[in-house]
Amino acid sequence: MARNITYREALNEAMAQEMERDETVIVMGEDNAGGAGSPGDDDAWGGVLGVTKGLYHKFPGRVLDTPISESAFIGAAIGAATAGMRPVAELMFVDFMGVCFDQIYNQAAKFRYMFGGKAVTPVVIRTMYGAGLRAAAQHSQCLYPLFTHIPGLKVVLPATPYDAKGLMIQAIRDNDPVMFFEHKALYDMSGPVPEESYVLPFGEANVVREGGDVTIVTLGRMVHTSLEAAGQLAADGVQCEVVDLRTTSPLDEDTVLESVEGTGRLVVVDEAHPRCNIATDISALVARKAFGALQAPIEMVTAPHTPVPFSTALEDIYIPDAQRVVNAVKTVTGWSR
Amino acid sequence: MTDDRIVPVTMPKWGLSMQLGKITAWAVAEGDEVKAGDDLADIETEKITGTLEASDAGTVRRLTARVGEDVPVSGTIALLAPADVSDEALDAAVLAARAVIDAGVPDDAGGAAELHTADVGGRKISYAGTGEQGDVVLLVHGYGGDRNSWLFLQEPMAAGYRVYALDLPGHGTSAKDVGDGTLGVLADAVTGVLEAVGAGRAHLVGHSMGGAVVLAVAARDPGRVASLTLIAPSGFGSEINADYLRGFADAQTRRELKPVVGQLFADEGLVTRQLVDDLLAYKRLDGVGDALHALLGTLLDGDAQRGDSAAALAQLGGAVPVTVVWGAADRVIPATQAESVTGAVRRVIDGAGHMPHMERPAEVQAAIEETIARAG
Repeated sequence: MARNITYREALNEAMAQEMERDETVIVMGEDNAGGAGSPGDDDAWGGVLGVTKGLYHKFPGRVLDTPISESAFIGAAIGAATAGMRPVAELMFVDFMGVCFDQIYNQAAKFRYMFGGKAVTPVVIRTMYGAGLRAAAQHSQCLYPLFTHIPGLKVVLPATPYDAKGLMIQAIRDNDPVMFFEHKALYDMSGPVPEESYVLPFGEANVVREGGDVTIVTLGRMVHTSLEAAGQLAADGVQCEVVDLRTTSPLDEDTVLESVEGTGRLVVVDEAHPRCNIATDISALVARKAFGALQAPIEMVTAPHTPVPFSTALEDIYIPDAQRVVNAVKTVTGWSR
Repeated sequence: MTDDRIVPVTMPKWGLSMQLGKITAWAVAEGDEVKAGDDLADIETEKITGTLEASDAGTVRRLTARVGEDVPVSGTIALLAPADVSDEALDAAVLAARAVIDAGVPDDAGGAAELHTADVGGRKISYAGTGEQGDVVLLVHGYGGDRNSWLFLQEPMAAGYRVYALDLPGHGTSAKDVGDGTLGVLADAVTGVLEAVGAGRAHLVGHSMGGAVVLAVAARDPGRVASLTLIAPSGFGSEINADYLRGFADAQTRRELKPVVGQLFADEGLVTRQLVDDLLAYKRLDGVGDALHALLGTLLDGDAQRGDSAAALAQLGGAVPVTVVWGAADRVIPATQAESVTGAVRRVIDGAGHMPHMERPAEVQAAIEETIARAG
């Protein structure tokens, strides 16, 4: 039975149901139980934005409050995964991933390949990304393109509460390391989510709006920005098809290509910096494999190639908004040789 | 300035959850004469596309809703009026209609369906009821379906009956455990819902596998059954599209599922993205894959049908009225099997596939109500 819950609650419910189902599932991260200097058990925050709240008391001994040493606890989570556990480790902000990059890209991502399939690493690394919380340059980046680049990692970016739960359950049951990106600005978004457990497979994009004039490929928070733009454009008679990638690794190439073959025009909307991001990746894919279908050059809507500004005025214009998407769509529909 | 000779054509409510409809194409233009039963427009809901037929005769003077826009249920989409009704009166009615359409769905417009659950032998069974008075009618869906497959029937029938639709075990929001997967487990759920709603006797309507289920209920407990309407029921012949059944059970993605679901309908264009997405969301619930595969063993013997609904029907010995309804273009269970059903009124509906209650709901509703009438 579906009822409306938030993105945050959907993630919490996914973890709780999997912990209930499988005792090898454990949760680890900073501030799960309040952190150093707090009253401890009675102050179980559930992480900095409360996503794991309630699990600490519900599953005694299976929610580990870690020191602020990402290189240590991410390494521990990966090691536990190779030894038979299914850890879900929370690394607060993706911006801090640098200090444990070796554990992720050079260890976890390589084990299955280097040990001929005899080792599996069923770890989920949860992390927050994205601008909009006035958190400045070191707490607002996207960085999912870095992880998409690395073979051996799966990279997941749910855009809705329904997708958050189904993709989290799949992430926990998956035998490969999964980088699970949660946009800070989506935690309070509400939507219909079944009470029962369910999985959404990786590598299946979601066509969230159908239309025949322009394809908008997007992901994460930008799905909502793109839908807002598509709604405005429909009033002007331009029908956009909006494709939410859901996962960047594996990537659902077929859905992207089929959509562009139907519309002949592509706009890619990506909150990450414009160089070597998902927008460039999708643009290259379509230029190579659907060139014949294109009736106009591809447009990209991304953040600029700068750190995320601390100034609120600058941060607001840094994040791609619906107007920029509308403008990009008008560019590709109005293009002529 | 209103003129009571202006007859509004309104957005129909096809199903308990429908709040909005979208006209995808008009079959008429301003100035056309229509008679009752003529096609007026193709209307898309979240679930499926249907054709709205005129319920009154008249001249179409104004089309008030545009193609492609969302119109709230019961919003006026067109105006019929005789030629001597003034343009001023029509324009005033158009303004009123546009105000309703532009306002959208009111915040307090919830689905009228009252959803309940019953505990049947330790399984949670969901069912929805509507209608205040009259005999109890219970609608039983087929393999992979749920109570919402009756969306075009349940609400219209509620005017004269207390109409319930349930989710069989393994389906919808009911428990996903189907035990050994036999018809008996499914029949228990039907009996359990009849008990829960306090119905001594009820008119049972079963589609496909649900047809075999209601026959199993009737064979076991004939006193509970006032009439039977069997829509493309399973078990009346050996031939069945086994590829459809296995394809439905095995499909993992939208790309795999869409062509399978298309086989249900005479016109595959009826299948909306939302219908496929809803089925996929159901199939991805924990336990559903196991349930669907367990039920395959009940329905199939190799590539042939396993059940014997004819024997169950014979056992009833004509004690209650029975009608068999089939879509002439059924690609799952061939309509020729209707001919082998004895002791029942047979109706074959042109232009419908395996889902006549979605494709030709008015004709199926008439068949059900005619069967109920025969029960006296």
